[in-house]
Formats: sequence, C-alpha cells, structure tokens
Amino acid sequence: MTAMDPILFGDNQFFGVNHMSEGKARAQAMRFRDTAAVIGVLDEAYAEGIRTFMCTTHERMAEVCDHFRENREKYPGYKFYPCMPYAHKYANAAAERGVLEAVRSFLPEGNAVGALLRGGVSFARKDVEGLAELLVDAEMKMFAGLETPVIFLQNVATDFLLGLGFDEAFRMFADCVRSRYGAEPGFITMNAPRLLGALEKVGIDNPIICANINKIGFRMCGGQPAYEELIAQGRCRMVAMSVFASGALPPEEALQYVCRQPQIESIVFGASSRRNIAHTRRLIEELRAQ
Amino acid sequence: MLRAAVVGLGKMGLSHHSIVRMHPQIELRAICDTSSYVLDVLAKYTGVRTYADWREMLAQEPLDCLFVATPSRYHAGVVGAALERGLHVFCEKPFGLDPQEGYRLADQAEQRQLVNQVGYHFRFVATFAEAKRLLDRQLLGKVHHVRAEAYGPVVLRPKGTTWRSQSAEGGGCLFDYACHAIDLLNYLIGRPRAVSGTVLNRVFSSDVEDEIYSTLHFSEGLQGQLATNWSDETHRKMSVKLSIWGTHGRINVDRQEIQVYLRELRQPFESFKPGWNIRYTTELTRPVWFYLRGEEYSAQVDHFVQCIAQGTPALSTFRTASDTNLVAALMRRDAGKARTLVDPRNIAGAPQEAAEASTRRSRSFARTIFDRLTSPGQPS
Repeated sequence: MTAMDPILFGDNQFFGVNHMSEGKARAQAMRFRDTAAVIGVLDEAYAEGIRTFMCTTHERMAEVCDHFRENREKYPGYKFYPCMPYAHKYANAAAERGVLEAVRSFLPEGNAVGALLRGGVSFARKDVEGLAELLVDAEMKMFAGLETPVIFLQNVATDFLLGLGFDEAFRMFADCVRSRYGAEPGFITMNAPRLLGALEKVGIDNPIICANINKIGFRMCGGQPAYEELIAQGRCRMVAMSVFASGALPPEEALQYVCRQPQIESIVFGASSRRNIAHTRRLIEELRAQ
Repeated sequence: MLRAAVVGLGKMGLSHHSIVRMHPQIELRAICDTSSYVLDVLAKYTGVRTYADWREMLAQEPLDCLFVATPSRYHAGVVGAALERGLHVFCEKPFGLDPQEGYRLADQAEQRQLVNQVGYHFRFVATFAEAKRLLDRQLLGKVHHVRAEAYGPVVLRPKGTTWRSQSAEGGGCLFDYACHAIDLLNYLIGRPRAVSGTVLNRVFSSDVEDEIYSTLHFSEGLQGQLATNWSDETHRKMSVKLSIWGTHGRINVDRQEIQVYLRELRQPFESFKPGWNIRYTTELTRPVWFYLRGEEYSAQVDHFVQCIAQGTPALSTFRTASDTNLVAALMRRDAGKARTLVDPRNIAGAPQEAAEASTRRSRSFARTIFDRLTSPGQPS
C-alpha cells in the first residue's frame, strides 16, 4: 500500500465549476481558456511542493497530459489521480442519443461489445466486466505513460451505482484498475457512510474514499456525526474534499476542523493563485504538526 | 413502507430509480423499460424485478405509488392507468404534451385524493425556495417586471436521434428547457394571463426549436420576458436564472445564490439590510438522506413520500404542471401567428434605406413563419 501525499491539487477551478457562484465559475472558465494558464498554476503548485494532481478526465486534460509527458524531466515524482468518468459528457450524449447509444459511442470502433450493445442483445456476466474495462480504458487513454497510482470513480457514477444497489460494479472497477493499471481504486462520494458498507460487502477493504468533509456539514449525506465516526474508525483511507464548503468558510476555521481529525490521509483543494496555494499549504502543515 | 415502481429507464428514470431505492420509507418493487439490455443487467446485478410492459407490471405488482419517466407522449396513458388503480403518481416533467389532458388527469387525481407530483425540481432548489419565501413576504413591494432565462448545452450540432429531437414526441427547447423557467415563474410570480411576441427559433435542430423568446403579461402593471436557448455551451449544464424587479428592490436568483437588493427597509426583516444581501446555496440548502446530482432531486422524492404519509398536496402537482404546459401552448400558438411588424415606414420622416432594409427583413420573417406552419409534424 503506497501512501498518498497529504495534499492533493484539485481541478474544479480550471473547468468553470463553482458551487457558489455562476459568475465566479464563468470568470474562471475565461481565465483558464488556454491550457497554458492551467499548466502555469500547476507549475506554481509544484513549486509549493504539491506533487499530485487529482483531475477529471475532461477532454481538455489531454493537453495537460501531453505537456507533462513532453517535460517529464521538469516534474520528478509527479503523479496524476484520474477521476472518471467526466459525467457531463455521458449525460449530454444520453440526452442526445439515448443511454445505450451514449455508452456505445465511447467504446472503440468496431468493438464486439459495442456491436452487441447496438443489437440490444442480453449480456452474460463477463460481458459487463468487459464493458467496464473498455470504458475505463477509454478514459485512461490520455494518461498513457504517466504515473497514475490511484484512479477514482467520480461521485455521480459512484452514488448512482450505490443507489441502484449495483455494488458489483465497484468490484469490477477495483479489479480493472488494479490488474490493468497497477493502481489503487478510489471512490468519490457524497454518501460516504453508506458507500463504505457497500464496498466492504464486495470485498473492497480499507478503500480510498474521497468525500466532502467540512465544518458546516455541506453535502455530507448521512450527517456529520456519521462521517466523524467513519473517520475515527479507520476502516477507510479518507481524502477530504470541499473542505472550504465552496468558499463558505474562512480558510483557517475550515482547515482547523479537518486537520483535527488525524485519520484523514489527504486533503484535496483547488486554487488559482500562488498566494492561495502557499497559504493553504502552510496552514495545513502547521495545523497537522500541532 | 410504500411499495413503488419506476416506469421508463432513460436518463431521468435511472436517476429516480437510484434515489427512490435509497429512500428509507420506500420499498422498490419493480422497474419497467423497453430495453431488454438495461433490464437484464439490473436484474442480474441488483436483483430487482423487471418488466418490459408497464400494464403487466401494474397488474402483477401490489403497489402504492408509481414513478413515471417515459418519453413525454406516453405520460398520459401510464399516469391514467396508475390513477385508475388508486396509485399515487410522481411523473417526470413536462407532464404529457397537452394541457387539456393534463387538467383531466389532475381532476382525476384530486377526485380520488391521490398525491400527484411532477418533477419540476427547481421548486426544490434552496435559492428559488428562498426567493419564493421573500416574495410571499412582499419584501420587494409591488413587483413590476420579471425576466426568466434558461441556457445550456443540449443541442450543439445538427444531429440527435432521440425523442428529444422530435417535435411530435415532446422534444424541443420549449418543453425540455423553457418549461423549467415557465414553471418557476408560475410558482414565484403567478401564471401569466397572456403572451405576445413569441419567437421559436431553430439554431441546429431540423424538427424542433432551439431557442424561445417571449413577452409575458401578468396582472396590471406586471410584465415579464422569457429567454431560453439550449444551444449554448457557455454553460456547463442547464442554468436557470430569474431577475425580479419591485418597488422596494430587486432579486437575482439562480441555483447557486440569491442576491437581494433592497432600496429601503420599512421595518426590520431578519438580517436583511438596505443594499445588496447575498446568500449562497451552501447556507440555504437543507441536507438530504441521499445525494445524487443535486439535493433537489432527492428532496422532491422525499416530499412526495411525506405528502403521501400526511395526505397533503404536493408543491408541484399535475395541475401546476398543466398550467406550465398551458403557457407553453400559448407560446407555440403565438409564435405561429401572423403578426404586424412596426418598421421605419410607420415613422414620419424615417430614412428611405432603413425602410427598405426593414422590408427585406420582414419578408424573411414571413417566410420563416410560412415554413413553420407548413412543415410536417409541427403542432399548431
């Protein structure tokens, strides 16, 4: 088991995601129109000692990956934690072409599973596994040759499958990223207490779970006490996200709450300026040292 | 425990299936869809009972309530049959295609005292609920203008093969997008009495409109405008925004935040102060028991369950959804109507070339109207 860095860099700020303000989201989308601007901020984070980029498999990420492949020597020890799938891509395709056609459109051309899907032929168990592998492969293509020690399933996918009771899909995902990419599976969720039970049921022990953990309990489904209990029990490797509750909390107060819980292995945060990156890093290090 | 089933497993049906199954007061008995692949996979891996025919499902399964998420043109048939069997019904928006049929089903559900809800989830978004609360408290004084906007990236090229791109099946920006904005207007301001100047415009689609612009007439002294466009990828996902002007101030509200400007406060009201008051979704949103895509999707399902438990009417009913369809129907009728344009020839002393240019424009406009009226499959 390889440890994760205590600080991971997130990517919401690069793709116009802001849970508090559409105006801010648009300003960010304008600022990061060019991939060079994204790489500029990643360089600043790197200079602050942040070596892991936890990023969505957004199509624009391919250019970032190209840059890191071409400039390998500049970034020793750099790691990507891909988070898949980029859900809007599937949701938009599903609205345009229907659910099955959408899935098929992301599979390689002329693939046998894709052909079966098109025919609506019913599936044997191993075909669904095969389909899962193909979808993971399609999302992972852009990271070829880069270090990806942890691969995450995005919360929309995780929580959707959790709701359906399709727990076996978590095992398929875990098997696939372990066997094909030598990586550890991770699961992003808004329903961490419930998810852990489902993962344990299909034999995924001590899983990496990335969930909202913040002082105001924003999007901590199941309730803040259940999360605190989960963290204290140490049955999973916790990555805390949305620690600032989308900016609703001042940084000091927000990080005090998170760092008070030593069982949290990593904190993921996004920022757009060197000053903010440095400030957050320093706060986390100081609070963790206490 | 309420015994429930889901009919139609497209994008919304699958999402409802996932949320409904997690509700602590619901026992999900069965699901129904025409895709044998989706049914096979779900049956194999989750053990849920599946049906290819909803009539058979209704006949076989003992149910208390039904979630309907089929394409819109099947809504009326499924909902009517469910009401006949005495089931409480949650139906995905826009609730059929025909307001008359919608009102008939509303009558039927009300007579039988069955909870009837339509999935206009924006009514459950905390910021819009807050706007409703403030408007009901008359914080803005007399409201005199409202603007509703909805933009998003649904149709970005001339393609599309699902029912959403077929006008006869309830596709198009009017039913898919504009209805959300209209429903919010109906909820917050009241149903407009009439509409005028409606434009249904195609950007990429061949059979349906991609944008809608319309003027709304409410009570005396209150007008509004609607602007919706689903071919706008500058928004990552559907974005709905309302701006409301009153004699005491203004409200801007979208999914993330509510901005309230107050000219003055005659008497103290909570923590509000003159000038801008801004509140974010992070402080307004109440937690839900299970989260998928947004609190509002879970909140509306829970609301349905609580209405059944307490025998109270839902916040978004067959009747309010039919009101929304009625306004959409007014817009479609208005857009297809020949209209009188005012151009510089109506203005004494206007420059000649301006008048000529305007004639060319109005010819092309007339052509558009003609094309629209004569194109096949377009409801009038």
